Amino acid sequence: MSMITIDRLPADALRGVGGGLAPTRTVVAYGFWIFIMSDIVMFAALFAAYAVLSGNIAGGPTGRELFNLHKVFVETACLLLSSYTCGVGMLCAERRQPGVFLSFAAATFILGAAFLSIELSEFVGIAKAGAGPTRSAFLSSFFTLVGMHGAHVTCGLVWLVYMVAQVLVKGLRAVVLRRLLCFSLFWHALDIVWIGVMTLVYLMGAR
Amino acid sequence: MLGKLSWAAIPFNEPLPLISMGVVLVVILGVTVLVVARGWLPYLWREWLTSVDHKRIGAMYMLLGLVMLLRGFSDAIMMRTQQAIAVGSAQGYLPPGHYDQIFSAHGTIMIFFVAMPLVIGLMNFVVPLQLGVRDVAFPVLNSVGFWLTASGALLINASLVIGNFARTGWMGYPPLSELAFSPDVGVDYYLWSLQISGIGTLLTGVNFVTTILKLRAPGMTYFRMPVFCWTALASSMLIVAAFPILTATFLMLLLDRYLGMHFFTNDGGGNQMMYVNLFWAWGHPEVYILILPAFGVFSEVIATFSGKALFGYRSMVLATLAICVLSFMVWLHHFFTMGAGADVNAFFGIMSTVIAVPTGVKVFNWLFTMFRGRIVYRTPVLFAIGFIVTFTIGGMTGVLLAVPPVDFVLHNSAFLVAHFHNVIIGGVVFGALAGYNYWFPKVFGFTLDERFGQASFWCWLVGFYLAFTPLYALGLMGMTRRLQHISNPSWQPLLLVAEVGAVVIFCGILCQIAQLYVSIRTREARRDLTGDPWNGRTLEWATASPPPAYNFAVLPRVDSIDAFWAMKQRGDLTAAEISYQTIEVPRNSATGLVVAFFASATGFALIWHIWWMAALGLAGAAITLLAFGWNEEREAAIPAAEIARMERTRPGLRGVA
Repeated sequence: MSMITIDRLPADALRGVGGGLAPTRTVVAYGFWIFIMSDIVMFAALFAAYAVLSGNIAGGPTGRELFNLHKVFVETACLLLSSYTCGVGMLCAERRQPGVFLSFAAATFILGAAFLSIELSEFVGIAKAGAGPTRSAFLSSFFTLVGMHGAHVTCGLVWLVYMVAQVLVKGLRAVVLRRLLCFSLFWHALDIVWIGVMTLVYLMGAR
Repeated sequence: MLGKLSWAAIPFNEPLPLISMGVVLVVILGVTVLVVARGWLPYLWREWLTSVDHKRIGAMYMLLGLVMLLRGFSDAIMMRTQQAIAVGSAQGYLPPGHYDQIFSAHGTIMIFFVAMPLVIGLMNFVVPLQLGVRDVAFPVLNSVGFWLTASGALLINASLVIGNFARTGWMGYPPLSELAFSPDVGVDYYLWSLQISGIGTLLTGVNFVTTILKLRAPGMTYFRMPVFCWTALASSMLIVAAFPILTATFLMLLLDRYLGMHFFTNDGGGNQMMYVNLFWAWGHPEVYILILPAFGVFSEVIATFSGKALFGYRSMVLATLAICVLSFMVWLHHFFTMGAGADVNAFFGIMSTVIAVPTGVKVFNWLFTMFRGRIVYRTPVLFAIGFIVTFTIGGMTGVLLAVPPVDFVLHNSAFLVAHFHNVIIGGVVFGALAGYNYWFPKVFGFTLDERFGQASFWCWLVGFYLAFTPLYALGLMGMTRRLQHISNPSWQPLLLVAEVGAVVIFCGILCQIAQLYVSIRTREARRDLTGDPWNGRTLEWATASPPPAYNFAVLPRVDSIDAFWAMKQRGDLTAAEISYQTIEVPRNSATGLVVAFFASATGFALIWHIWWMAALGLAGAAITLLAFGWNEEREAAIPAAEIARMERTRPGLRGVA
């Protein structure tokens, strides 16, 4: 993040010559986007493991016996809506409206926490039914894939609180806006992963 | 309180690890005492340990790689000696349990803590200079990446004397690596040290993709970037795309071992073949993560010492990117014998042979670059020529192994061992050593001794052929890899030749140590005052040796490939009046060091099931990162007057713009 403020030539002096130093905001968001890509590769490996192992129930329960699509629908609605509130909050932050931003951040947090609590109650229910992650390879991969997404959401919630604190203390300065941009990229990426989870794990598993 | 850790973890009845670790501890203690007594600690802290300067981090990566090379090599020569003497009725000096740990540690250390740090170290030092910029995109992240790698190296070496290391081979295949068959801490050392260093590597990959794609000198379009930058880009993209697979795979094995899950177990519906697939879906790209930057080094070295522009620049770039893509389509050739079926094997066999095409393009480009060039035979170029011959042989045995029916005969044989050492030593190690000799004067401001350098090259080359040609023959004769005891006495003569080869390589390493020692002693006589000791072509030679913290007083303008060569041809090296501007350089940060400290503590605690310490370590790392995320004062300004003073007082070329 050091390079960017230094002796940059005026933009028109560089037009057409190629190369050059991208603005800080671009560099930070781009770097973070690359990191998210790597995160998605990690999820891809977990998805692959789930696809391989989902039939290996070892005499235990199947997905059809365990999954409750109504719960998943509410979960999905919470998470997608939280992405919407996150996006609107970002727009308000860009317009330097801290009050509106904070209310949308609160909505995002509540929706994310609701998603997480539904997921946790689902996990506890399945585990109590004697179908914990050690029961079969299918359940190991189920708990790991879905739990990994849940762990990401948890990190996202902590990060959101931390960003709200930064907005309250520092205000909507350029550096805070850059960090918010990274957070919102992260939050939206979790949606993308969830679409995969919902389709591969729940919709295809509950058939 | 201390989990599984007790005095029984220290192998008091095995003198070998105790003595070697004792020596290491004495050396570390001695160095620490020396540093403190001489009052060097503040300097070390300020200029190295907390530095986020890409040049310092690059040098520290290289140091880590070279030190770990000594560790990995001592494992190698122990194995060669065991195989040379444990024939027939003789049992040698290494019991099976110890021998198994040694070959596992040798592979793990050589790949993750020698080859990776050497390659990433060169990338760190060279890429921003070649791009004509002042640092990487995320300097503190860069430091975090380095220290996490060092943390992994620390853990893996701790296993020498506290507990033991994995006996599973460096791939850690289940079910052997599962709790049921490896109940002690060895596999946990393997997994946690690689998880921690893997995160560091991933951060480096993210950093370099961003740096190369977003931060370049004005005018440096993609097709004006030096080839080394292209190969660093390809390697970094592979890191970003491949390392998360390894992280996920090890995570699954860890969940099996720690929480009793069933990803790869024999019972509960686990699938061991999935581990092998996932491991090599990372593992084959990893091969190219290592070799592509080495290709980049050779491209720079050969062009510079031939006094010519690189032949076929664009084809070189395209070949690099083709290899980058193809590297993800060949992983199954590591286990043709698994039984995926003839169609699948045929596909992966063909894809594997196809990779030889872009590689061949590169070989011809190097040859044509040298053709009719005025080649100056310095150490880097010797390594490059040794590489071309050696790597071509290794590539051809690779194409042989890519034919599934042949692979069924040679799978897991000494032939395979000879093949991959042929490409890794002949490719990656020769590349790293060429780069080390080539860029050393840029890093430290004085050239390395040529006589010892050339001696080390000849020892490495001759030693390599002596050590591994016999293994090709032994593999064809039916010798499998990882044998602690040789039952067929007719193999012994060739194994003795291989042992001699290992000793010759050892002489090469001794020559390198002597080279470094002699060069430091005579450094005043071998100062590089011009900043351009080899008549270089790319921008790293346009600044002083060693470069100032800000690399370039004024960012160079680029309008062709080989930008520095073009400047020299035009003669616009010393602009008369330069108005310097204030330059902001990244401030030192202890974040990397502190995070790595907590990561080491957490890793150690998890290995030994010391749960309270793991929780504390994780909390510490998290708090450090949160504190870093709050901070904004990340840059310090160097005033223009100061820049002007530094530029005036430094000798040689100046003010390239």
